[in-house]
Amino acid sequence: MYFLQRTLPLLVAFVAGVIGIFTYYVPVAQPVEITTSTWYRIIAAFALFLGIHSLLQMHWRRIRRNQAGWAFSAVVYIGFIVTIALAVYNNGKGPLQPLAPGDGLDLNWMYTHVHVAGGATMFSLLAFFIASAAYRTFRARSAEAVVLLVAALLVMLGRVPIGALISEHLPEVSQWLMATPNLAARRGILLGVSLGAIATALRIIFGIERSYLGEEGQ
Amino acid sequence: MAHLLLLLVLVIAAAPAGAAETAPAAVQAFDTPNDQGHSITLTWRRREVLPDSARYRIGVSERAEGPFHHVAELDPKTTPTMADEPATFGSDDDNRNRHFALIESYRDSEGQDRIRIENGKAYFIRIGIHGGGYTVVEARARGNYFNSTKTGNFALAGLFSVLILVYIRLARRKNLYIRRLAGLDALDEALGRATEMGKPVLFVHGLQDMGSPSTIAAVNILGQVAKRTAEYDTQLRVGNRDPIVMSVSQEVVKESCIEAGRPDAFNPDNVFLAAADQFSYAAALEGLMVREKPATNLLMGYFYAESLLLAETGATTGAIQIAATDAYTQLPFFITTCDYTLMGEELYAASAYLSRDPKLLGSLKGQDLGKGIIILMLVLGSILAGFGFWPLLS
Repeated sequence: MYFLQRTLPLLVAFVAGVIGIFTYYVPVAQPVEITTSTWYRIIAAFALFLGIHSLLQMHWRRIRRNQAGWAFSAVVYIGFIVTIALAVYNNGKGPLQPLAPGDGLDLNWMYTHVHVAGGATMFSLLAFFIASAAYRTFRARSAEAVVLLVAALLVMLGRVPIGALISEHLPEVSQWLMATPNLAARRGILLGVSLGAIATALRIIFGIERSYLGEEGQ
Repeated sequence: MAHLLLLLVLVIAAAPAGAAETAPAAVQAFDTPNDQGHSITLTWRRREVLPDSARYRIGVSERAEGPFHHVAELDPKTTPTMADEPATFGSDDDNRNRHFALIESYRDSEGQDRIRIENGKAYFIRIGIHGGGYTVVEARARGNYFNSTKTGNFALAGLFSVLILVYIRLARRKNLYIRRLAGLDALDEALGRATEMGKPVLFVHGLQDMGSPSTIAAVNILGQVAKRTAEYDTQLRVGNRDPIVMSVSQEVVKESCIEAGRPDAFNPDNVFLAAADQFSYAAALEGLMVREKPATNLLMGYFYAESLLLAETGATTGAIQIAATDAYTQLPFFITTCDYTLMGEELYAASAYLSRDPKLLGSLKGQDLGKGIIILMLVLGSILAGFGFWPLLS
């Protein structure tokens, strides 16, 4: 039991990690990488069933218990059933044929008029959220907030036509802020991230990091 | 240079009399470097003056006398030069004057199917200009055992790996000082608050799949968080976008509950798939935040545009929010809306920091030393560049 619960996962992590490193540096080993990514896709396809099961079970429980917002869960079920029905019907061609284009209510219509429209609505909410987050941040309560506020104002003004009307130097200042201090900070973060990823990979490969097994580390 | 020594470049036939000056000059064919084989690189000198209709025609044969099978017909104006691929051909000034083409397959005798170049087999490659002369060279393809373009990467990764492993060993013998991370110090307080309020803790992974280092780091943190919530008897809700991440998270939470001595605290329904699409995922979790009002939101992993949607909604519900991401484009949004934000590498350090295990903390120390070396190299590079030592730098 200990072998299955502890030793085997550690062994799998070690072998998978070493294969990953090996295929990165050794060109002749690239077919191994292709094979493992094929395995991943196959596992992902089966995991999708688990995901659908989890989603439907969670919403079914909410409907059954009349929890707050249960009507939204009913919408999930209706959307799921209608989408599956349209995919199976496939404009009369059946589920085993390629997606058949149609003029009316079909899978394409659902995607364009429900899914894409819903996503665009969510994305557009960002404008309001940015405004409220910016208001909180730019109240200039500290020196850092003042620096952030001034930098943000310069960048924003430098990127709209009115900025050049106020001063011909504003676009240059905006460009300099983005290309020099901002890029330097970004590269600093990326270097740290790369080192962090190497350290995490080593900890997992050598079995030092065992949080994913519920252990504190060995 | 090893592959160059193995090149077998042989000019077999010259162009017919009177057409020799129109044939491509200085033609070389060799195994394509740094690949898994099945590819030959052909290079030749770029001609400054050619009529608009001129085309390079490339053919391949297994015998010097032919017949040559069609590979490609290239427009001289759009054919790349070796300077376009500095990673493969270096940064020689002459590279701008040499074209190159990769030959991976050729058409069969009927001109229908493409036949793949085989490793170790001698091929004769003919290149000519339509209506002019031609040149034939011989080469073999082979698989390479090391990608020389990644030598620097390999050396640095090796150096940092050694540093990290040395510090892990050192940490077994003596206590190492690790700087404090306010966001992680506040984690216990945030979980305690959820316990006192009797409200759940929401853990969000971000959008990437299990192959991403940030998701792996997030799952490691989840293990630590799940153990604490199990000890505190607090409900932990984990919203996932990827089914594989969901399955892994379920196992991690389950194992953590068992380790904490509270296997009954694990409820698989609390680790759920919220949605598989970016904004559907954001909408589902926002709905959960508004309805269930978790006392603590932990946003850990790689985020895209949904970061502000989640964090701002969480802020309006009054939850303590701790974010950790290596997505630098989303950091400003988390900093403005969350109580604590772990930036970049801190995401990877979080699990080790929370565990307080000396060996894990040792790896953080090695990481810091690696950063110190990089900073030193940057400063040295800046000084050398400032004093004009460009040849030394390049």
